[in-house]
Amino acid sequence: MPYTPQLRELVKQVEASRAERIKKGPFRRMTMDERDEVLKNFHPDFIEASMRPLSVGVNKGDRVPHEFADLIEARSRIEGLGFDLENFAYDVDVLVVGGGGAGASAALIAQEQGADVLIVTKLRFGDANTVMAQGGIQAADKEGDSPAKHYLDVMGGGRFENVPELVSALTLDAPLALKWLEDLGAMFDKFPDGTMKSIHGGGTSRKRMHSARDYSGAEIMRTLRDEVRNRAIRVIEFCAAVELLLDEEGKVGGAVLYNMETGEYEIVRAKSVILAVGGSGRLEYQGFPTTNHYGATADGLVMGYRAGAELAFMHTMQYHPTGAAYPPQIIGLLITEKVRGLGAEPVNIDGEQFVYHLETRDVAAAAIIREIKERRKGIAVPGGMIGVWLDSPMIDLLYGAGTVARELPAMVRQFARFGVDIINEPMLVYPALHYQNGGLLIDENGLTNVQNLYAVGEVAGGIHGGNRLMGNSLLDIVVFGRRAGAHAGAAAKEIKVKKLSLNYLQAFQRELEAVGADTGGRVSPILLPRYTHRMTSA
Amino acid sequence: MESDLKMVNIYVMGKKYLVPDSLTIMHAMEYAGYQLVRGCGCRAGFCGACATVFRIHGDYDLKVGLACQTKVEPEMYLTQIPFFPAQKSEYKLGELKPTAAQIAQFYPEIYRCIGCNACTKICPQDLKVMQYIAYAQRGQIDRCADESFDCVMCGLCASRCPAQIVHFNVGILARRLYSRHLLPPAGHLQSRVAEIESGKFAVEMTELVNASKETLRKLYASREIED
Repeated sequence: MPYTPQLRELVKQVEASRAERIKKGPFRRMTMDERDEVLKNFHPDFIEASMRPLSVGVNKGDRVPHEFADLIEARSRIEGLGFDLENFAYDVDVLVVGGGGAGASAALIAQEQGADVLIVTKLRFGDANTVMAQGGIQAADKEGDSPAKHYLDVMGGGRFENVPELVSALTLDAPLALKWLEDLGAMFDKFPDGTMKSIHGGGTSRKRMHSARDYSGAEIMRTLRDEVRNRAIRVIEFCAAVELLLDEEGKVGGAVLYNMETGEYEIVRAKSVILAVGGSGRLEYQGFPTTNHYGATADGLVMGYRAGAELAFMHTMQYHPTGAAYPPQIIGLLITEKVRGLGAEPVNIDGEQFVYHLETRDVAAAAIIREIKERRKGIAVPGGMIGVWLDSPMIDLLYGAGTVARELPAMVRQFARFGVDIINEPMLVYPALHYQNGGLLIDENGLTNVQNLYAVGEVAGGIHGGNRLMGNSLLDIVVFGRRAGAHAGAAAKEIKVKKLSLNYLQAFQRELEAVGADTGGRVSPILLPRYTHRMTSA
Repeated sequence: MESDLKMVNIYVMGKKYLVPDSLTIMHAMEYAGYQLVRGCGCRAGFCGACATVFRIHGDYDLKVGLACQTKVEPEMYLTQIPFFPAQKSEYKLGELKPTAAQIAQFYPEIYRCIGCNACTKICPQDLKVMQYIAYAQRGQIDRCADESFDCVMCGLCASRCPAQIVHFNVGILARRLYSRHLLPPAGHLQSRVAEIESGKFAVEMTELVNASKETLRKLYASREIED
């Protein structure tokens, strides 16, 4: 619905300060100390009561969000079901679980190595957070930039906690990944001579954000999907993996599959398994609305952890500073960081800017929460949310009329559908749960500590430390998807899978019982959130 | 809260439910008790999983929308079309030519277009679908790529086409042809890839990987930022 008369009155404050803000130039960036302070006091990751220590498993004692701990302290979906583990429906070299950008990249490269590849995905092929990533993909490919500069930006953004070798792989491979996508015919924004257009993202020191309008992830996904289909790689849709299988030597050797429509289970034997199942935004940590895809329910974390894979950084989530706070139909919808990248400033109820528009996501989100909770300068919105303005109309003043329409067609369309004209009216935003910074700890090849088990994309942890920068997620799915695909594809020739077993799962359940964990009737992985008869975020 | 809501009747596949009028079709189905498996994806208008066809009682006109992007209306009869059995050709992109003949080889049915414009009328993204097929017919690959760019591949166009054209697959072929064969490759990207492969950055990177947190903090705080 369009802005109410009360909100229209408040928009006038934003308009009144706009010319002055543009004339003054960018707001002051925070010092390192100021960043630390706003994070400590206002970022949701720092709320102690939102977490508890894991009671079992490799990371026993590590604090994680309650919503995630609940899924670890739960029973398996297949408990009590008898399976003949020697009766495989499929017997393949590489099983890729998940049909997003990471899974598709891994599958393509593994097949190039001569491996027999099977992709299973619980929704449609391509239904993933990848398609929703609007802003872009980072790569240090221009003069004046370098992988080292990119490295420093990634480490600073991650609060210097990232695994250095993973960041090195990410930043050195970035131009190679981008080139691969260019060769596959992904339609990046370019000048007529072929030079890539690139802009800043939050926390970048160089303009290295490459985009495909504001459909960047969608463009990458549909290109990769088209190529997987061209190469006739087998894909089974609406088929989830619900538990991994280990062989008698403790190496991964397949998975139990679940047909989402018929409810049947099947066994797949595989020489290696690449988990590319995405993150956990649909757990809606601390009650935050989420920008995430319907399927982001932590399945891979649960399966991997039960099988003995180590987690890292599961205490840090990314709250995107600009989720939609209005109109009510799209609460939590991702407003791409490209809007800030193009110069739009966050502004409070009095029309004052209160934070530099390109702070890293964690700092920007914390600053918005501070503006609302401590300084009481937020804008109350019908439906109960409180937000701040994001001054999108100033983009056309900075770069010329027509820029918003050309650079942000998806945003314009999505707001227009519900009566808000972002070319001429500012947007109302509030931080939304966006990304799981951590996950299953991997090495440079995407391998976890469980032999022949890989994790790539959002399910993996360590690359981004405590906070990921914009444009490094589309990048990491391609970089580590390719690396895992190459490694698993090449390794397949040497691997012999021994007798499969689910003993590890029984041991895990016994451990839960031994510590007296309250599993409260919960069963995991949950596969889909339950939204029946409930008002939900987008 | 719920007592304040204005409620409307909707009919999901003919069955009546009372739902708040402010909801999207997707939220309304969930409100009514559906646990969606098909017909739900990104919930934000990007994935094309939730194509929905509807009609308002008393009106013959069939309308469409993405369920996550369309509000319910009183007396709305709806069904989802979450899958369409579309034909897709397999090709090796590198060996293709960016011409009308090339597209015609894989999708000859584009020349069966009768100009009814049903595809354009049904597109939930408001794309000029028939127009981009016309560009493909004429070999204007660049224009076809541009015009089809915002496609979410929901399949509604193909569901309505009397000529049985699969528009969205023509669109992606055109975009990939354009990007690979008509747009010049990025020179700066090619040079950077060569530099990386020659090991130009190896020493600098090793130093950073081995640097202490304190050193990194200092380097980070003092780094120069491009205007």
